[in-house]
Amino acid sequence: MELFSVASWAKVWAYRTTFLLGFGNTLRTAVFALLLSMVLGVIFGLAATSGKKALVAVARVYVEIIQNTPLLLQICFLYYALAFSGQNVEIITTGIVALGVYHGAYVAEVVRAGIEAIPRGQFEAALSQGFGYLGYMYYIILPQSIKIILPPMVNQVVNLIKNTSCLYIIGGADLISLTYSFVTGATTGGAYAPAYFVCGLLFFIVCFPLSTLAGMWESALKNRDARVNTATKNVEGVA
Amino acid sequence: MIKLEKVNKYFGDLHVLKDVTLQVAEGEKLVIIGPSGSGKSTTVRCMNFLEEPTSGQVYINGTLLTHKNKRQLIRDNMSMVFQQFNLYPHMTVLKNLTLAPTKLLHKSKQEAEALAFHYLEVVGLTDKAHVYPSTLSGGQQQRIAIARALCAETKIILFDEPTSALDPETIQEVLEVMVRLAKENITMVVVTHEMGFARQVADRVVFMADGQILEEGSPEHFFTDPQHERVKQFLGKIIK
Repeated sequence: MELFSVASWAKVWAYRTTFLLGFGNTLRTAVFALLLSMVLGVIFGLAATSGKKALVAVARVYVEIIQNTPLLLQICFLYYALAFSGQNVEIITTGIVALGVYHGAYVAEVVRAGIEAIPRGQFEAALSQGFGYLGYMYYIILPQSIKIILPPMVNQVVNLIKNTSCLYIIGGADLISLTYSFVTGATTGGAYAPAYFVCGLLFFIVCFPLSTLAGMWESALKNRDARVNTATKNVEGVA
Repeated sequence: MIKLEKVNKYFGDLHVLKDVTLQVAEGEKLVIIGPSGSGKSTTVRCMNFLEEPTSGQVYINGTLLTHKNKRQLIRDNMSMVFQQFNLYPHMTVLKNLTLAPTKLLHKSKQEAEALAFHYLEVVGLTDKAHVYPSTLSGGQQQRIAIARALCAETKIILFDEPTSALDPETIQEVLEVMVRLAKENITMVVVTHEMGFARQVADRVVFMADGQILEEGSPEHFFTDPQHERVKQFLGKIIK
């Protein structure tokens, strides 16, 4: 059989709703996981920059554990370990929690870097006016951090969408899992090339605009910073 | 107005302030001079707890400054002008001046803006109200920073080397503003290397070296008859 035969394309077309269903599940998982990762990321990013030893340590432990173990292991741990302990967790919930917790660690690092990029003097000016933590974060620091945070954040969204493919390991209903069932199914099997092509295309049309946006955003920021740096005099700190 | 009592400050093993005791009276213009690394900046930064002393006490208006009450005490009593200006770059000049008065001092937007324009006039920059700080020269940014400090209408303003980051030709415009302020009943504590300014406005000059106050007195005393060898050396190098 030819790799991209007309018959195999027709088969994919006949089962187009399967692909759209998987695509929908992937997006749904991604959206909720994204929300969870942002909440966790902001909480742990703020903890990491709080200067309070205990909070910094907790944030560090979370980030290091998540970033230094495979996502697949985290998904399996959550799904199988909890299943065997008698907890019945839905696959899609497992996916949302696992991906949310995983990307939360990366978002936390992005948030931390965004806050740490703000010069010390901004905090000091705010403190010298009598602002407290919430006040200076809200009015002075975060509005400046957000511009630094957003481009890498969009990249995280792209990674998160692609990482929904890992749910395949627990037999999720995401795009990758359904594509796999389709190409190996008794009645539907065989149309490997068109099926995976369509699957990849669906990922691409979501991810490509996002990563392009992030790239443009980043270079726009760099250009702006370059202009600011040449416009204002670079001054040396004095002890 | 401000009282430091046996203030010590360590950065790790580095002993940067050694038993510093100092009083500033209401309306007094105190100038702190001394070589780099002598603890001048740390001394003023202890006055508003940007650095909390390792030991010793700071009193503002007779109230002991603590980690707990610092926010309120600072809000009500003191402002600061920094070497690097530290204007908020994401806000217009006007917003820089009205942020603290509206968010912390419970002024209405109208009141705060009227106040802001009043002090912009004092520093001679009313036409810059609606621009962003990055479009201004260093001297202009520092004058805005002074206006921002004035908008809090506090009795005390701390100046931490306000002209050290400026081009020589813009230093004068900032000093002129400060000289004008010195005629008001504001308590000013100024860390500076500008001896002309010290001589012109200071009620009292304090010389610091190695984290200690070596000598203090009137400007006449300092510039005509310094006692300490270290002070003579320092002034000899600075004033030709």
